[in-house]
Amino acid sequence: MRRAAPWVVLALALAFPLAMQAEQTYYLSFASRIFVYALAATSLNLILGYGGMISFGHAAFVGTGAYVSSILLSEGVASAWIGWPAAVAASALAALAIGAVSLRTRGAYFIMITLAFAQMMFFLVNSMKAYGGDEGLSLRERASVGLGVDLGSDFAFYYTALAALAAGLYGLHRLAHSRFGRVIQAIRENEERAEAIGFPVYRHKLACFVIAGAAGGLAGALLASHGKYVNPNVLHWTHSGTLMVMVILGGVGRLWGGVIGAAALLGLEDLIANHRVDWLAAIFPNYQQHASLGVGAALLAIVLFAPEGIAGMLARRKHA
Amino acid sequence: MSWILIVEQSLNGLQFGLMLFLLAAGLTLVFGIMDMINLAHGSLYMLGAFLAATLVQATGSFALGVLLAIPATAVLGMLLEMSVLRTLYARDHLSQVLATFALILIFNEAVRIIWGPDMPLSVPAALSGPVQLLPGMVYPAYRLLIIGVGAAVAGALYLLVARTRIGMLVRAGASNREMALAMGVNIPRLFTLLFGVGAGLCAVAGALLGPLFAVQVGMGENILILAFVVIVIGGIGSIRGALVGSLLVGVVDTIGRAFLPLLFGIFFQPRVASAAGPAIASVLVYLLMAAVLYIKPQGLFPARG
Repeated sequence: MRRAAPWVVLALALAFPLAMQAEQTYYLSFASRIFVYALAATSLNLILGYGGMISFGHAAFVGTGAYVSSILLSEGVASAWIGWPAAVAASALAALAIGAVSLRTRGAYFIMITLAFAQMMFFLVNSMKAYGGDEGLSLRERASVGLGVDLGSDFAFYYTALAALAAGLYGLHRLAHSRFGRVIQAIRENEERAEAIGFPVYRHKLACFVIAGAAGGLAGALLASHGKYVNPNVLHWTHSGTLMVMVILGGVGRLWGGVIGAAALLGLEDLIANHRVDWLAAIFPNYQQHASLGVGAALLAIVLFAPEGIAGMLARRKHA
Repeated sequence: MSWILIVEQSLNGLQFGLMLFLLAAGLTLVFGIMDMINLAHGSLYMLGAFLAATLVQATGSFALGVLLAIPATAVLGMLLEMSVLRTLYARDHLSQVLATFALILIFNEAVRIIWGPDMPLSVPAALSGPVQLLPGMVYPAYRLLIIGVGAAVAGALYLLVARTRIGMLVRAGASNREMALAMGVNIPRLFTLLFGVGAGLCAVAGALLGPLFAVQVGMGENILILAFVVIVIGGIGSIRGALVGSLLVGVVDTIGRAFLPLLFGIFFQPRVASAAGPAIASVLVYLLMAAVLYIKPQGLFPARG
């Protein structure tokens, strides 16, 4: 039953667009957005949950991927086969540079320094007047993959995003059970002991940081293509916070944590903003414009009362 | 590039640095004593500014409104500490970051519901004009007031922490909390009090900077990050570090923004200079922080150890 669950989810995700009418593209697009955020959150979960590194600057890598792919697109390089690998490579490079400095610090200093580096990239992008500056960059079309597939259609983009997310989850699953993944988790549990046993702790942490950054870059490239628009807020520290919220909400260090968290957070936002509840509106007329109040309250409740996240709660119920 | 411009920008840097210190002082003590990351500190700055704007409107007096906003924000801060934050001290940094991030969302929306996206708050008429500091050099009177108030509050805070019994207990808590507890210091009560003082300082900064920037939802978020940069540079838990870090960050940021574009103009073509100058200037404080941490990973004045 447990082993079958991922395949059932995948089959449902594959069948979902077929159940949609042609005019219901809103939900296809919304589901694609969830997939992209799920990939970003999953990449953060690798360093946060598996590696125990509390990075508060993950938006820097998502943003780097988004901007590199968008800049290439606006310069006329339409092929996703060039744009997306370039985004991944640039994000990996950014993660290598930021990680190399940040990972020398510990605890709260690490949180602060990753935060500061991400803000630094935010301000850099903000001052790139040639690519829209603080107004952002609009794209005429999505990247193209060739092979007779038109990513401009929400149908094709849905499957592309799903494939990227599935690859990300499979990669995380394999990584977590590999020798490298075991070492990473050992470092999370006790860094001194791992070092004493003889593992090169710093190198393992840096490699983990770079892998997560690269995956975040792919999510960023997809995000830019999905909305055909990118602005500096994709690098803002509150965006890093949102990704962290998704990971915690779903479950830190759990394979499905990022997916559950992204679906729960975006779903909750969409639910409050687009589905009016009459009795609630009677008490509080404009409640739909203040969705983040509900999101904030839900998040606070989760942190205070269910620190293991939704995936943790599900797992505990199964064991009980 | 005349000397008048340099003096003027240095004063601007001093003014910004002193306001940063008011934010960073509370943050660094909270961080140092309770090992608690409080992202909601910026929300108290925002609340202080909105309360000040409302009270200035209600009383018709800038001074009275600001003076009333300070205790009001302090009370709000203490209530926040007693209701939510207190339960977070024993939790890990991740939970603290998440819970206080949630508080930011809640406070931003609450302010938007109560006040709307922004509030008018302008420089009082009596201080809106310039003052002649030196022959040939004038400076806005309001900015001088900020420098005066900032310096006075910073001095009082320094005396409070360095010379009084309460301050001694605070310093004891920051350098070794368990030891202070074992010696009979009532840390929880001390801490609620400290949190109130920190919130009050936020209100001073928010109310005074309000007319210069803007009193709007989200105003606390970017300045919060700068305050974190300050305390990381200064050393977490050190009030002296917070002061040095604030002035350093304030001056470097202001001077950088004013002069880097000019400096680049001397060496590069105008097109390159106008693009690169502001970009480098905006990341200068972060480069400063990275450099300080590279040389002294615990900041300039480590409180522990």
